[in-house]
Amino acid sequence: MDPILVAVGAVIGAGLAVGLAAIGPGAGQGFVAGKAVEAIGRQPEAQSQIMITMLLGQAVAETTGIYGLVVSLILVGIAQGLI
Amino acid sequence: MERFLEAPRVIFRIGPLPITETVINGWLVMAALMVVGFIATRGLRSRPRGLQTVAEMIVQGCQQLIEMTMGSDKMGFLGYIGSLTMFILFTNLVGLTGLRPPTSDLNITMGLALITFLMIHYYGARSHGVGGYIKTLAQPVVFLLPINIVGELARPLSLGIRLFGNIIGGTIIMAMIYDGVAVLVPVPFHLYFDVFVGILQTFIFVALTMVFVGQAME
Repeated sequence: MDPILVAVGAVIGAGLAVGLAAIGPGAGQGFVAGKAVEAIGRQPEAQSQIMITMLLGQAVAETTGIYGLVVSLILVGIAQGLI
Repeated sequence: MERFLEAPRVIFRIGPLPITETVINGWLVMAALMVVGFIATRGLRSRPRGLQTVAEMIVQGCQQLIEMTMGSDKMGFLGYIGSLTMFILFTNLVGLTGLRPPTSDLNITMGLALITFLMIHYYGARSHGVGGYIKTLAQPVVFLLPINIVGELARPLSLGIRLFGNIIGGTIIMAMIYDGVAVLVPVPFHLYFDVFVGILQTFIFVALTMVFVGQAME
């Protein structure tokens, strides 16, 4: 196959990978932050515990978005190797 | 910026092994930590002064972390967990100096995740016996065994990729900002991408390691 065509496909795939992978964590982590703020509003003295737990949960939920980033880096590397 | 999209540069080779710039940065961090550790523990007193206070605070912080996630009977892990925390924290913060952080190299983060993988299965086999440990993989229903095995392989893989992806994402974005405006604008971005993400990802990696080892040992 024409290497330029494969490189174009790889770069478009890289953009789509990060773009689509950013939807899930964005929505999920925003929802979790809202729930955490609600919990702090109900019990302000537990604030530091709630905040630590929320950060822990959000960093784990971020992982699938990071998978999208790694896939796009691999694709950009392939495209650079082909041109 | 294109520099960070390629593999780290190979500086020299020891026999068949290539030594890249990230490995050398890791050695610099280790040397700095050893020097500071040596200075902090010279002439230990029972009423600490100066640098020894900071060292005791760090050790107490790690002890609280182990109690929170694994329970206080597993305090024997303190040596490895404390060293792991210090190493990952300071290799993440190396990005503040403009060098390529060692944890932005997939080989280094996968090496750390491999150590976690070996720890999980070694301590699990030691607490349950080898046959008993394989039996725990076959719960609750026996035909879930291949799914459980894939899950066990995926967890350390996700640990390594999570650390690598966060740090290299921060490094690439900082390089793009430096390509644009290099004078005063990068400062708050360094504060978020290097300091905040570095500390948070250290905590996540170490806490998840301890949770997995604790689960395997129960």
